[in-house]
Amino acid sequence: MEIKILTNFFRRILNNIFNNKKEIKLGFYGPPNAGKTSLVNRICKDFTGEELGTVSKIPHETRKVQFKEKVEIDYKGKKMTFKMIDTPGIATKIDYEEFLKYKMSKKEAKERAKEATQGVIESIKWLDDMDIVVVVLDATENPYNQVNITIIGNLVARKIPVLVVANKIDIKKADVKKIEAAFPEYEVVGISAKFGNNLEEFYESLFKLSKKSKG
Amino acid sequence: MEKRGNKKIGNIKGFSIQFMPYSEIKNLDSTSRIKKILGIVLGNEILILQGRLLPQEETRLIEDTMAMIDYTDGFKGIELAVISGDNQENFFSKITKNIANALIGSDLTSITIIGPATIVKEIKKDPKKIELFLNK
Repeated sequence: MEIKILTNFFRRILNNIFNNKKEIKLGFYGPPNAGKTSLVNRICKDFTGEELGTVSKIPHETRKVQFKEKVEIDYKGKKMTFKMIDTPGIATKIDYEEFLKYKMSKKEAKERAKEATQGVIESIKWLDDMDIVVVVLDATENPYNQVNITIIGNLVARKIPVLVVANKIDIKKADVKKIEAAFPEYEVVGISAKFGNNLEEFYESLFKLSKKSKG
Repeated sequence: MEKRGNKKIGNIKGFSIQFMPYSEIKNLDSTSRIKKILGIVLGNEILILQGRLLPQEETRLIEDTMAMIDYTDGFKGIELAVISGDNQENFFSKITKNIANALIGSDLTSITIIGPATIVKEIKKDPKKIELFLNK
């Protein structure tokens, strides 16, 4: 009897410790080529020393969901542990002929297109598994693209907290205000994942968002 | 080649537009709605639908579109846009308040445009206007 009480006591303590250190499942969503992998790489490199995936100018470079577990982000003395989940860009069309422009053989282009379509399906399937999501948008593109609205609409419907990132602010035609105007209900942080600009504000917002997480 | 203002009007091979009142899909479940929409788009028609799909139906439409690209020769996907009488903010708050099912589906002030990517090159949307660019 005494042993059982002691066992339960220690189990409760361990559970508490475990729960406090629980990983928050952080998803990165957005259209292709918005810079999701660049941002994930930047965070992973800063806090683990290793990048997660390859980046490329060719759309649909990420064609499988990839993740890194136990990424501890240390910001202003506060620490949070995340499971970083980088997802393939969501699109409504994929044309293998587009890839031919990048000096790819027809066979390679068709293979890439096939993997890209499966990647989109995989991304959508993973939506249910996220605790919080960073929607990465290209600040040089029109934010009123229906894919962006569909992604955010789905996150809202699933009650998953959302942070919108306007990436590529290092490019002259980037327009963060336009993204803010398109999604006035959400906090929008302008960053450059490539050069690491304004990441402090990003981490600040990420920590704030994490507190809303159900996970 | 005709000219109107400064814009050239090229030779478009021909396309057809189908207008669908919401009543056509009102009593269908999500699977049947998506099937009906994709059937029209696969028939190379541009669909103008009264109302809008639920967010979950939109992702389902994207998933099924991706699967169709893999299995249908010449099909490259869709272009999709929704114009709404409501602003975006109201749209998201309706979803948040969980009254989406009651209101969004029957939001008859919205119009959804869905076209095959082989015909519709791009649907450019600014909050107040929508432009349809066709492939030559």
